[in-house]
Amino acid sequence: MTGIVALYIFMLAAFTGYEVIAKVPVILHTPLMSGSNFVHGIVLVGAMVALGAATSPLEKTIGFIGVLLAAGNAVGGYAVTERMLEMFKASGARKGGGAKGSH
Amino acid sequence: MLDYLNAAALIQASYLVTAFLFIMGLKRMSSPVTARSGILWAGAGMLVATLATFFYPGMSNYPLIIIAVAIGGSIAWISGRRVAMTDMPQMIALYNGMGGGAAAAIAAVELYRGGEMSHTEATLAVVGAIIGAISFSGSLIAFAKLQGLIRKAVRFGGQQLLNLLLLAGAIVCAVMIASGINASPAVITGLFALALVLGLSMTLPIGGADMPVVISLYNALTGLAVAFEGFVLGNAAMIIAGTVVGSAGTLLTQLMARAMNRSLGNVLFSGFGDTGGAATQGTVTGSMKSIDAADVGVMLAFAQKVIIVPGYGMAVAQAQHKVWELSQLLIDRGVTVRFAIHPVAGRMPGHMNVLLAEAGVPYDLIADLEEVNSEFETADVALIIGANDVVNPVARNDKSSPIYGMPILNADKAKNTIVIKRGQGAGFSGIENALFYLDNTRMLYGDGQAAVSQLIAAVKAA
Repeated sequence: MTGIVALYIFMLAAFTGYEVIAKVPVILHTPLMSGSNFVHGIVLVGAMVALGAATSPLEKTIGFIGVLLAAGNAVGGYAVTERMLEMFKASGARKGGGAKGSH
Repeated sequence: MLDYLNAAALIQASYLVTAFLFIMGLKRMSSPVTARSGILWAGAGMLVATLATFFYPGMSNYPLIIIAVAIGGSIAWISGRRVAMTDMPQMIALYNGMGGGAAAAIAAVELYRGGEMSHTEATLAVVGAIIGAISFSGSLIAFAKLQGLIRKAVRFGGQQLLNLLLLAGAIVCAVMIASGINASPAVITGLFALALVLGLSMTLPIGGADMPVVISLYNALTGLAVAFEGFVLGNAAMIIAGTVVGSAGTLLTQLMARAMNRSLGNVLFSGFGDTGGAATQGTVTGSMKSIDAADVGVMLAFAQKVIIVPGYGMAVAQAQHKVWELSQLLIDRGVTVRFAIHPVAGRMPGHMNVLLAEAGVPYDLIADLEEVNSEFETADVALIIGANDVVNPVARNDKSSPIYGMPILNADKAKNTIVIKRGQGAGFSGIENALFYLDNTRMLYGDGQAAVSQLIAAVKAA
């Protein structure tokens, strides 16, 4: 990938992140932080590629730790975010759209 | 199986799909109505990318990859399923630290291998390495602090100087590696060691009350580190997802810091409570007056309007279900009940809403600071359960207080203020609360859950 293309991606993605989160009500800050924590769990694919290309024992060891940590980030991030958001759904259903209440 | 070109093209296409699913997922997570499906979208994106990566051209070490994914994934799944809602912030810190560590590990593998890298790639690799390593060790400290494993904020003279030297040392190593002057394993090891220690020494002096801001900051930093390592690997999914999280996390960090009336620099570079302690104690006069549950029950039962101010202490005592039961009783008697949530109630913005949602409190009863603050003057009773600093009036008028200027809930403006509290100690930040000494404030001592149970009985009897 050339540098200038990557710069374009950086810039557009940065605006996207800002815009997506700009209108978020306070009630969703914790689940959203957790959700964005899950999204950077995509580091898993990079760690897999790094370990997949590792040859020396040192590279393999570090790569193994990397994949292990990345899998923890992705899976753990999903588990806690899903649990938190689960309750938001239940509450909305019970109160008939009350989830929109405070905002 | 697939020939080389086809596999590469398919993987790129799947990463594009992943980026789309992530952005849609985050978008849906930003509204309560669609939030639940948002995580499913993002989860689907992660699945697509992970499966596609198994077909990456020239990959080996499959057994190691599968074992690492299985171990890391299952530990995280079990811990994530079991953790109590009150402990959510530190679990997010922990998982986030793991992501930072993984980004640093990618950089380490690439740097130790010493393959051909352009200057841009090498620069982003080392910058990502530093950021990822800081996020890793810093998040572990944040986790340990919120989990109660480290109870004191560690401060010593020359701490800022030490941090500066560590950072300077890491930058020197980074420049040597990136410019190709000396990319020997010794310098690479030095880079990681300095960055890891910097993460520790940056985070240790920060008090527990400021931790949410720090966790949010490290979340943003991990995103950036992932994006930088994504560039090194030529992986568009990592660049997009990492950058989106980096910018969204930065905005979220600013929102939180603003809610606490603290600038980010203030959180990071000045220990909370340095000017507090002795200075604030002189301003508190009078004595705390206690009350028993039966009297509070009568007061509540015959009130027109009750505002409940829940804090983290309520959740620790697992009292939120009882509080909701009490509220329902009062509502049935025709009392207007509102829940007033401070932006930093709980340990993160929105954390208290999660805890109340868990107990079944509907959203239309929950009001945030701006909505509810004018209502305290017309409230008969403000019932404070496990909250402390967020109702401390010294934030309004005592310039020497470390929390001076923080927006607070005006619980002191209610006709009667009842504080349910375990004992007479100071709050999370260790600051004396002037509210407890006011003339219209009464203290109901006891464990949160037991005290609210007594109130339920008292209201039923009234």
